[in-house]
Order: sequence, then C-alpha cells, then structure tokens
Amino acid sequence: MRYEPQGSPRRGHPDRETDRLARGLGLFSLALGLAEIAAPRAVARSVGLSGREGYVRACGAREVATGIALLAADDPMPWMWGRVVGDAVDLGLLASALDEGPQRRERAGLAMGAVAAVTLLDFAVAKTLSAEDRRPARPLKDYRRRRGFPRPPEAMRGEAREMAGVY
Amino acid sequence: MRALSWHGKHDIRCESVPDPQIEHPRDAVIRVTSCAICGSDLHLYDNFIPGMTPGDVMGHECMGEVVEVGPESRHALKVGDRVVIPFTISCGACPQCLRGNFSVCERSNRNASLAQKAFGRTTAGLFGYTQLTGGYQGGQAEYIRVPFADKTHVKVPSNLSDEKLLFLSDILPTGWQAAVQLGIEETDTVAVWGCGPVGQFAIRSAVLLGAKQVIAIDRVPERLEMAAAGGAIPINFEVESVMERIDALTDGKGPEKCIDAVGLEAHVSGHIDSMYDRAKQAVMAESDRIHALREIIYLIRPAGTISMPGVYGGLADKVPLGALMNKGITVRTGQTHTQRWTDDLLRRIEEGQIDPTFVITHVADLADGPALYETFRDKKDGCVKVVLKP
Repeated sequence: MRYEPQGSPRRGHPDRETDRLARGLGLFSLALGLAEIAAPRAVARSVGLSGREGYVRACGAREVATGIALLAADDPMPWMWGRVVGDAVDLGLLASALDEGPQRRERAGLAMGAVAAVTLLDFAVAKTLSAEDRRPARPLKDYRRRRGFPRPPEAMRGEAREMAGVY
Repeated sequence: MRALSWHGKHDIRCESVPDPQIEHPRDAVIRVTSCAICGSDLHLYDNFIPGMTPGDVMGHECMGEVVEVGPESRHALKVGDRVVIPFTISCGACPQCLRGNFSVCERSNRNASLAQKAFGRTTAGLFGYTQLTGGYQGGQAEYIRVPFADKTHVKVPSNLSDEKLLFLSDILPTGWQAAVQLGIEETDTVAVWGCGPVGQFAIRSAVLLGAKQVIAIDRVPERLEMAAAGGAIPINFEVESVMERIDALTDGKGPEKCIDAVGLEAHVSGHIDSMYDRAKQAVMAESDRIHALREIIYLIRPAGTISMPGVYGGLADKVPLGALMNKGITVRTGQTHTQRWTDDLLRRIEEGQIDPTFVITHVADLADGPALYETFRDKKDGCVKVVLKP
C-alpha cells in the first residue's frame, strides 16, 4: 500500500491549497475563454472593445488553452506564469480603449480594475508555486513492517483485554 | 553541561548551562543516557504555548542513571539505579496522587499561582514545559534534577535497551491511557486522528485492548503505513473523504470511540474552519486549532466516547456544543497519569507483548537536536520519533 506515486516529482508538495487555487483559476480561464469564443460581441461591448471581436475571440482561444493546461498538467506553475502574461496582454488591449470616448473609457476602466485584481492573484499563485522545492522526491521511507508487536496485529487483538476500561 | 535550551520561536540551541544540583532533600540528579523530542515540544518550538523564558531547558522524555540522591529519597533510590523519568512530577502523597491522578498532583507545581490563573486550579509540575507547570528544567540535557524523586521515577532492568524503555516516560503510557479510558468493547470501532508517536501507540493499545477495528487518520504516507503495520485501517485525509471512508467502515453510523492525538496544531487544510482557526491564531485571538476535534464530534456515533491525549493550550471557539450535547458524547481528557500505567507497561515490554522501538526513526547526538526539531516539525525524511544521546 503506497499512497502517492513513487516517481511523482511533486511528492510532499508543501502547499496543496495553492495548487488547488491554481486549478480553480484554470476552471475560470476555461469558462471565460468559452464565453469569449461563443459571444465575442457581447463580451467586447461590455469591456469597451466593440469592433474588436477578433481580438476577443483570440483571447478566448488563449484562455481555453491555458485553462485546459492548468487543469491537466502535473505541475501548474508554468501555466500560471502564462496566465500572468495573458493578463498583461489583456490590460494592454483594454488600455487602448481608454481614449475612445467616455462610455468606452468607463467600461474599459472597470474591466481593467477587474483584470488587475485577477493579475495580482495570478502573480501570487505563480510566485508561491515557483518557490516550491522541485528536487526529485526521495523514495518513501518504508515503515510497512514496523508493527511493534511480536506477531501480526490480528494475533495480538485483545491480548490486554483485561485492562479495557480499567481507569 | 550541554543542554537544548529554548530561546524563542524556532530557536532551540545546544549550549552549555549550569549543572543541576540537589535543591531539596527529596531531589535526585540523573545522568541522562537517552532523551526524546515529543510532539508537544513542537508547540513550544512553534511558540503556541505561553510561559517559556529564554534559556529554559527543553524535554520531558528522558532516562538515565542516578548520580546523586537527596537524603529523603534514599529509601527509594540509590546511586547507580537505572531509571526512566515520568514527565509528570508527582509527590505521591497528596489527595490526587493517592487516587492515582498523578498528572494533577497538588504539590509538585512550584508555580501553582500561575497555573491557577491559567486553568483555575493547579496541575502537576512537568519537566521542561513552561513556567505554568513549574518551570522545571527539562531532560534534553546531560543531567536533570528530579524533584520528588522517590516517587517520580520508574526503575528499569539492565537487560533491556534504552530504546525499549525510554517511552515509558510519556508517549507509551499516553497512547495507552488514551485507549484505556475509552472503555473499549469487543464490538467497538476506534478511530484515531493523528498518526504521530502518541497516535501510533494509541493504535497498538486499542488493538491489544480488543477493539473490533481501528481506523487511523493522517496525511503523511509513511505514518499511515506505520499505522497500518500496527493493525489500523489508514485514511489519508488529503486524498480521500474521511466521512465517506468512516461511513463505509461503520455502516454509516460512525465509530463508537475516537481518539484525538492531534492537539492544538491541527493541519490547515481546505476546510474553512481550519483556515479560520489559523487566521485567528495568527492575530492571537485564539490559541488552539481544533479542526480534528470538530471532525470527531461530527463523525462519532451518538453515545460514543472521545479521548483527548492531544495537547491543547488555551482557548478555541466554534466548538460544536450542540452536536456534543445532543449526541450524548463522553469526553475523557488529561495529561497522562504516567505512574499509574508504567509498572504494567514495563511488564508488557519485558514479556515482548509490545516493542516500542518501532516508532524510532532518528537517533542522533544531542548537538543535532536543534536541526532535528525542524525535521520533526516538518515531518521531513520520514521523521516520526527522534531519540537523542547526550
């Protein structure tokens, strides 16, 4: 009985919560990307990028690819940095809409605020994952024969029954 | 002499300290031949229990040879005797000691007024475990002064190794008491949260006491394998649902008996309550993380019994009192009444019924102690139990 694959390079991951958060961001990427591909006009209008549906669709494809990779990869770290780069591209694209009239500026500004917040989270997760010890794990110590009894546990069951409840 | 001293959070030093002296006619001085790092020492290392002062000598699991005896202990001890030192200092004569409640001795805590402020009433003095329990210097040292030495010792034979006997000082009787006080019946399932050294001994004790099945819950693969070797069914809470596995093993009814061998530093997992505890602990609004205890109260069968050998230090909130009360759960707690169990357990070791050496994973010189505190705390290198040789 072994609980983790012997050869897993990520055995003993010190921060499984961050790992889970990265996978959650992968799901978010996937959902956002599908929305951008399926409804590029609506998405573009809501963030002040009307007329640039092609860019939005391309961003959607990137998000879907990143999302799948984050969910499937054994190690999400490089894909988290991919998200950070994608966030920078998105911010640049949104910034280009800031000087295209008050309505677009307002929408693009709000969208930039949201993307900036996600960027901070992406950066924190990527940085935490990068700090992980990536040296190959040594084999598990094998304690499968350390029973502490002279005979198998089944044969020892109840050997001290006279003491149960003597308190 | 050399000793491991506490100097603050994550700061244990092997340094030279004054040799202990006889301070009272009932004292003895022991030359320590073996000592161990206990899981509860980690609470001091992580600075979660108040009352340590810089320079305090650590350690409450030790054994060795008597080198000096005060005049009022000479009826019980002589120079050259080989002894294991129980971690609980007991006078042997107060009303609690006479009832066998050695860990709540009324006389051995010389800082009783501090303990009364923290706990309402005093408990026994302990070695190397804060000013609250007497501020006695500990046993991770070349020598130790033992107060009330005529009652605070276990004489051990010379034909058994230190490694077989050392754990009579704490973790073997602690795991044993945790199981005995459950009142285990042949039809009982006993679930043990935490597969550190005390959990390992609790598992083997539950098997010896006749539990129908024993379940072990932890996240460290090596520790779960060690638990399985002792007869437990392992559950790794990081890769499977504790509730689903326990339900499957108990016909959906839960274990009759549960042991909390985790204590105040429960692992911070994805559960919201454990993150909440960690956040409150970080801002000093709570001292204890009690996720394991909450899980036990939730999963235990109604009318069941919980035993708590895991150490708690102060205050915690979000205790599911509704479940505790409505399910009719009995809770048994306490530091171990070590001397109550040691004669019987020594006999079991001599007869070969249990061999405590299985739990030892690291043996090293006292000077390696500070580094091994970190190894043990981080559960690196398969570390389960560290024995040090002064």
